[in-house]
Amino acid sequence: MKPPPFEYYAPTTVEEALVHLSEHGYDAKALAGGQSLIPTMNFRLAQPSVLVDLNNVSELFYIRPDENGGLRLGAMTRHFQVERSSLVSERTPLIYEAMPKIATPQIRSRGTFGGSIAHADPSAELGAISIALGGRFRLRNQTGERWVPANEFFIGMFTTLLEPDELLVEASFPNMPPRTGWALQEVARRPNDFALVGVAAVVTLDKKNQCQKARIVFLSVGDGPVEAHRAAETLTGQTLTPEIIHAAAETAATADIDPGSDIHASAEYRRHLAGVLTRRALDLAFERAKGRG
Amino acid sequence: MTKKYIGKRIKRSEDPRLLTGEALFVDDVEIPGMLHAAFLRSDYAHAYLKSIDVSAAQAREGVVAVFTAETMGDDWQPGPPLVSPPPTVEDVIFHSRTQVPLVKDKVRHVGEPIAIVIAESRYIAEDAVDDIVVDLEPLDVVVDIEKAMQPDAPLVHDDLDSNLAAHIEQEKGDYAAIREEADLIIKRRIVIDRGAAVAMENRGIVAQWDAKSQRLTVWDTTQAPIAIRNGLAARLDLSEHQVRVIAPFIGGAFGPKMMMFYPEEMLIPWVSIKLDRPIKWIEDRYENFYATTQERGQVHEAEMALTLDGRILGVSDVFLHDSGAYDPYGLTLPLNTQCHMMGPYDIANYYSESKVVFTNKTIVTPVRGAGRPQGIFIVERLLDLAAKELGIDPVEIRKRNLIPPDAFPYEHKIIDQAFAPLIFDSGNYKPVLEKAADMIGYDRFVKDEQPRLRAEGRHVGIGIVPFIETTGVGPYEGARVTVEASGKINVATGVGTQGQGHFTSFAQIVADQLGVDVRDVHLVTGDTAEFHWGTGTFASRGSVVAANAINASAKLVREKILALASKVLEAPEDELELADGVIRVADVPRISISLGELAMLANPLRGAVEPGTEPGLEATAYFGPQYGAIAFGTHAMIVEVDPQTMMIEIKRYVAVEDCGTVINPLIVDGQIHGGVSLGIGNSYYEKLVFDENGQLLNASLMDYLIPTAAEVPRIEIGHEETRSPLNPLGSKGVGEAGAIPVPALFAQAMENALPEYDLEILEAPLSPNRLFELLREKEREL
Ligand SMILES: Cc1cc2nc3c(=O)[nH]c(=O)nc-3n(C[C@H](O)[C@H](O)[C@H](O)COP(=O)(O)OP(=O)(O)OC[C@H]3O[C@@H](n4cnc5c(N)ncnc54)[C@H](O)[C@@H]3O)c2cc1C
Repeated sequence: MKPPPFEYYAPTTVEEALVHLSEHGYDAKALAGGQSLIPTMNFRLAQPSVLVDLNNVSELFYIRPDENGGLRLGAMTRHFQVERSSLVSERTPLIYEAMPKIATPQIRSRGTFGGSIAHADPSAELGAISIALGGRFRLRNQTGERWVPANEFFIGMFTTLLEPDELLVEASFPNMPPRTGWALQEVARRPNDFALVGVAAVVTLDKKNQCQKARIVFLSVGDGPVEAHRAAETLTGQTLTPEIIHAAAETAATADIDPGSDIHASAEYRRHLAGVLTRRALDLAFERAKGRG
Repeated sequence: MTKKYIGKRIKRSEDPRLLTGEALFVDDVEIPGMLHAAFLRSDYAHAYLKSIDVSAAQAREGVVAVFTAETMGDDWQPGPPLVSPPPTVEDVIFHSRTQVPLVKDKVRHVGEPIAIVIAESRYIAEDAVDDIVVDLEPLDVVVDIEKAMQPDAPLVHDDLDSNLAAHIEQEKGDYAAIREEADLIIKRRIVIDRGAAVAMENRGIVAQWDAKSQRLTVWDTTQAPIAIRNGLAARLDLSEHQVRVIAPFIGGAFGPKMMMFYPEEMLIPWVSIKLDRPIKWIEDRYENFYATTQERGQVHEAEMALTLDGRILGVSDVFLHDSGAYDPYGLTLPLNTQCHMMGPYDIANYYSESKVVFTNKTIVTPVRGAGRPQGIFIVERLLDLAAKELGIDPVEIRKRNLIPPDAFPYEHKIIDQAFAPLIFDSGNYKPVLEKAADMIGYDRFVKDEQPRLRAEGRHVGIGIVPFIETTGVGPYEGARVTVEASGKINVATGVGTQGQGHFTSFAQIVADQLGVDVRDVHLVTGDTAEFHWGTGTFASRGSVVAANAINASAKLVREKILALASKVLEAPEDELELADGVIRVADVPRISISLGELAMLANPLRGAVEPGTEPGLEATAYFGPQYGAIAFGTHAMIVEVDPQTMMIEIKRYVAVEDCGTVINPLIVDGQIHGGVSLGIGNSYYEKLVFDENGQLLNASLMDYLIPTAAEVPRIEIGHEETRSPLNPLGSKGVGEAGAIPVPALFAQAMENALPEYDLEILEAPLSPNRLFELLREKEREL
């Protein structure tokens, strides 16, 4: 379990990092926390010939409020920093709640927000949550930058819109409107494992406690985060009675997702879990929304 | 002997070194000029090796040598069988097929080594492995043990008529006759799956051939350094005294480090001599999943005959046992299963037939528990189903069947892993069962708590399982105890140590015999240059066989001390007292001599000695029990399950153990913690998943799930002590006990938690995915 030889660069600015990436193209990989990349290199599943280490690029480490009440995270912000940030807990409590569910403290001490998003593991919490919160990502290459909404960023298993010469530099989350509730529910074999199924729900109520907007996003049921559009639609304009929530969960589990089977869970079990967890997530999100009037 | 230390909860003296990273492990061995090895291993489970081209690998910069079966020449030989079948069983069939150093003609499991690369670093060696071009012609694969026994199954060993590796029948009483008289027959198919041992430290070997002194030194993560030394000497055509094997600190072994000879264990020393260079090979986790032995796979057709009042009349069982690609470990595992299928119960009629089966999977040898958990799983599951059928409380039906205390020694008349008729030496089972029931509050839980929880819609179940463990088998171990001139004691024994706390518990015995501070007893284990008689650390035998050998040699030293002191102090031996490192005349304490001074007198530098005098205060002794000691216990568990998500939480766990004389309760507790944790893995988390091509689908710790500290509950432990009459210390083993009852216990508690489903759990482990399937089936039936 030793990787084949590779060249190694340790730039100190984004600018410099982008030079290396553009020069080496598909042969190069950015190295963030290394918690996903290094194991795949040790298994020789990934064999990049150039590593561009971002760990000295200080401009990528930050958690900042934005003027509209939202939040900005530099790509290299470590999981443990997000986990301990009061700003994150105030502005994006859904992210805050998810952090302890991501891997172990050891892995969270190195793993990064941007690394998780760029890696695009279908079982990652942060991808699904970014969509549920309506987040956006800032991508940069040598010629400029572009903003991509989270729900367009993920295009397949471990695949995103990132070009080989591009870096993900920032994630941005909008202000959470009043009367908005959130929840993340998941089932994992052991608490720190990747979830068998997880679901993030964000619900905004109007003055009459009817659902104005709902977003339901799954992890571990497809090639990437899977948004349950049909289920969400059934909630819009409704009072969230247990019956309505139950029906929406059914819709999510049967019509919105097409989970696969692996050694830990069959498709049928995943579908079943998706229903149970969606119900629990919506119940909790609804309760919280009412409490944040 | 005064018991100042035996029985005391003393902290382990080895831990400061282990915890601060100062202890020597194999990978810590660094020698100038050392080269590194990596293996090309088969990606196929079953294939003919057509050709192999190593030229590109050889040409890579930094590569020193590449060997294949062909280039090994006459030095290529299959490994010797480690354990042969029992000579004492009639009509036993056994086809011995042992592993080879490197594949010559046919690959029989994924991960089997095909070539070894020696290079300046492990990195280069692995790069060179990728350079090797190998042509393998894939064959149909034998994975499932039931399919392996079908007439048209592909053959793992072409020279045999079938995949049957062994067949053994054992009988006690007359099951067929008693079956006719039974009120109830419970008959089920029960499946136990394969798991891994997952020691924290993988295997590793460093070999150093010194051409000038013509000596070979090998650091090996083995449980049996002496046997490895003797085997290597024979294989390499050296005298046993030219070979020194050191098993230093080892990060867990759990059985698989007892397998011999692993191909690597043979090859690394061979290469060292061949190239006249020190060689290191450290197994990585990925290799460990394919190349280190595994265990547990069995399929049983089992039945139990009972009376209406729940008395067991007999048990009958036919089972297939997965041996993997070879069978170096003989019949130890199926024999252990056969010996545990009657549990702690008084069963007069028993029939057992075992068929051992070759498959295209990693070799099977004992893993902590070693065939025993399977036997206990069978008898306990059948008994639970019978209790349900007969409307008898699970604890009550067990009490009715336990072997009574006046029946010991209790003869089972079947052959055990030591090839001797199984005899239960001593026991008192009921108090242990009652203590466990009491500690977990069985009656209160069933009467009050469970109904209340059920009313709240919660699914919380209780289980309680008594069990036995055959431990402390022979043949023998030995030890040498020496009083040094400093007054400190040196003890050398042949068994290796892999975390069991030997440095402390063995020292406690010696300190009590010789009246010294336990911190003044220094122990050397697992170094053949220090002690070269013995067999190894396995079968929960260290604290029985090695401990009693140490006790015996300490006793001899005590006798020598008293004899010499009597002369020096001019007082009769029976007036002397040995305490605090000093020998005194009991009534005249100022007449005394320290142990150190006495040791110097025993080793004079000038002058003459009487004829026949042996120098020093030193003695060597051996101990071999007549037969194994039978430890026992009862575990109980309360588990909550969420039938919507299939997730579980073990709310309480109680273990009551009786392993005879407890030398150090802290160490016994630690053994139980570790065992239970493996047992929990075997119940719910740990399963090696092979696909139809024999590929392991979860060969990493991300997918092979071992319970971590977060999943293992707090374990409440109770101790009882029924001495073994078979050894002077009265001890029995406890190394494997923790793992044995857990899958049976978990199944019972889970069924109890979900009464409305009327579940029958006939498999271990039970993953949440399987639980989901079972509940779905039941829902469809209802
Ligand atoms: C045992 C284990 C359990 C885990 N469990 C979970 C879990 O439950 N939930 C979960 O969400 N995650 C889990 N993870 C993954 C963990 O969160 C990783 O840290 C994370 O996915 C990757 O982050 P990283 O910073 O380590 O990225 P790296 O491993 O350094 O990089 C991952 C990939 O992203 C690319 N990359 C990284 N940063 C950038 C960037 N700024 N721009 C462009 N490309 C970039 C790299 O080139 C690489 O291809 C687990 C990991 C392990 C080892």
